[in-house]
Formats: sequence, C-alpha cells, structure tokens
Amino acid sequence: MEKLSDRNNREGIKGWLNPSRYGWERVSYWLQRLTGVGLLAYFVAHIFETSSLTQGPDAWAAMLELTQTPLGHLILLLVIGMSTFHSVNGIRLIFTQGGKGLGNPGRPDYPYDAVSLNYRQKSGIWIALILAGVAMLYGASVLFGGE
Amino acid sequence: MSEQIIEKIETLEKKRDREKKEKEHVKTSVVLKVFRANRSAGENPHFDSIEVPVQRWTTVLDALLHAKQYKDSSIGIRYSCRMASCGSCGMKINGIPRLACYTKVSELEGSTITVEPLANFPHLRDLVTDFTQFFAHHKEMKPYVRNDDSDMKQTDSLTEYVQSPEDLDRFLQFSYCIKCGLCYSACPTVATDTKFPGPQALSQAYRYFSDNRDTATKERMDIVDDKHGIWRCHFAGSCSSVCPKGVDPALGIQLLRGHLLGFSRNEKKIAEKQERLKRD
Repeated sequence: MEKLSDRNNREGIKGWLNPSRYGWERVSYWLQRLTGVGLLAYFVAHIFETSSLTQGPDAWAAMLELTQTPLGHLILLLVIGMSTFHSVNGIRLIFTQGGKGLGNPGRPDYPYDAVSLNYRQKSGIWIALILAGVAMLYGASVLFGGE
Repeated sequence: MSEQIIEKIETLEKKRDREKKEKEHVKTSVVLKVFRANRSAGENPHFDSIEVPVQRWTTVLDALLHAKQYKDSSIGIRYSCRMASCGSCGMKINGIPRLACYTKVSELEGSTITVEPLANFPHLRDLVTDFTQFFAHHKEMKPYVRNDDSDMKQTDSLTEYVQSPEDLDRFLQFSYCIKCGLCYSACPTVATDTKFPGPQALSQAYRYFSDNRDTATKERMDIVDDKHGIWRCHFAGSCSSVCPKGVDPALGIQLLRGHLLGFSRNEKKIAEKQERLKRD
C-alpha cells in the first residue's frame, strides 16, 4: 500500500519555475529570491577575491585581472542589476509586508479584483525593474565604454 | 470634432464586441486532457484526451461531466453546488488552480484544456485530492469567535454584540472564504514547507483577529508567530490572484503581520483603552 506522503503532490521548487502564471507579484517574488541567491554567491566570491590580499600584492593583482575580462565585466553587470532590483524591491516589500500600501479590507464586488494586487504594488515592481535596467546600462557604459 | 471622436469610439467598441462574440463562438468542441491515476491501485499517472461538445456558456465542470456521462464514467471528480459556493471542484485548469464550475471554456485559450488535481494536496484519484491537512491548518487557527466576557454564561442578562458597519467591513471579505483550497495550491511557500499553515488559514486568523467580538487575539498570535508561520509568507500574491470569492488572503496576511510588527493600529486595544477611560 502506497503511503500518503509518497503522493503528497507538493510542487516543490519546480513550482517557482513558471512565475508568469500568476502575475507581476509572483514574478517579483521569483526575482527577489533569484537575485538574493545570486548576491549571496557574489558575496562568497567577493570574500574569496579580497582574501587573496593576504597572499601579497601579486596574488591580489592576479585576482583583479580576472575581473578585467569581458566575462568578469558581464558578471559585474549582473551584480549591479541584481543588487539594484533586490534593494528597491526589498524596500517596497518592507512596507508591503507590514501591511502598508495595500489598501483596506472592504466588501468584495464581482469580478473580485484583489485590492492587495493594486497598481501601487505593480508600479513598485516596474520601478525596481527599470532602475535595475538603468543601473546596468550605466554600468555597461563604464565597464565597456573605455576611456 | 467631439461628435467625430464619440463616433470613432463607438465604432471601435462595436468592432471589439463583434470580435469578442466571434471569438467566443469559434469553439464548438474542445479536447479535455484529463489527469488520470489511481495510485493506491498501482496505476501510473497519465493523461486521457476526450473530445466534448461545448457551447458559449459551458463550464469546465459541465465539459467534465459530459465526458463522464457519455465517454468515460470512471473519471474521478469531486463537485457539488455547481455555483462557486461549496468549493469542491477546485483543480488545475491549464496549469492554474481554478474552480471548474466557475471557469467557462470560452474564457480559455486554445481548443485543448488540461485538467489536473490541485498541487500541494495529497492526491487520491484522478482529479480528487485529500483536504485533511488543509482543514487541520484551518482548525488550528481556532476559526470561531472566542469571547471570555461572553454573557452566554449568565443567560438571565443576555445582550447582543453591537457591531457597526465599519466593524463588519474589517473582516467581512475574509469570511467569504469557501475553503476551496485554490490559494493553498497556488502558494509557493506551501509548495516547499509542509508545516506552513497556508494563505487560507492565516487569512482566517486575521478574520477573527479583526472581529471586535473576539478576545482570543493572543492565542492566535502565538500560533501564527512561528518559524513555519506567518513569517514564511513573502507576498507572492498568487493566493489572491486565484481566489474565486475576492477574499484576498494576501491582504489579510500582510495586515496581520503589520500588527505583529507594530506597523498598524490595533483597533481592539484602542477600543479597550477607550472603554477603560470611560469607566474610570
């Protein structure tokens, strides 16, 4: 006899893979998690990079050279985009998760548009995305623009 | 000039209405891709494709019942009221949790409709899932008004609880929950944390918290203030986007968390204070 837990039918992490099913808030949730993990990976790599200073100036210079390649610049661009989105969206979430900017409970009318999924929230997500794009463009102009 | 603009708008609206009607009339039949599995009997999961005739007003439940009546009587479905009141016919329709009785075939794109059991619920057979855990989470929140000063103990001096329309508006929308489980199925936290109570239970905790007749606030806060509790919600908003009754669980959860964090005014505490001041 099969156990109930074996057919639990939990979506697991694969449930996060298609964020477009539920609208912008789900996309924001997914991006916030993804950028969070990305920034954590960068943080670990950054500690590793700067720790090379303890092995002398030559080791540090060799490590710096790694970041001066096109691939290194692309990674830095991603980090700029991730940190901008994560910070701006994070500020929105601090207020949202404290119940601010969501609207008040009321009597729902058909077609039952949820007040919490309002345009203030959506605008916050779009602003975070636009600012991340602008920061990446500026970063690209500095990193790839040359002197 | 303005007449020309109005005329143009009217022409555009007529064109849009015509296009909408044409689009709705296009489907005369759809193919239902029905998830089939009786796992306790050792049957492997697979999809059966069944073609059913449809009309403009046909719902997915109507289509499924047609398939059950004329094509394959062994399809397992749970349904009851057929009018979005009982919450029995929740299932994933084209990948999104919806009520089959509340989803018209004409609303869906394409001529193939995929129906699967709700995710995050233990699967029983075909489209039927087990709600035991879901109801246990709901029960955990003590979903009833608790009032320690209840004068029901002294029946000789019975009085009614007076509530203003404003008091009612604070919780009314959360009491429209039909426990269909769509929010639980859509929630990405429920998908990974079996101990998380889910949007339905947490929004019910807020429903009783914001009811000024209830005095069990601390008890409920102790339940939701847990590492697997309210803090695991990250406002993906999917619960509110799939709710067929406008309950907006995400709103209730964030407002409840606002109270836990001290971001919001605690109406009950303010009322109690005012009452105390009046007495003194």
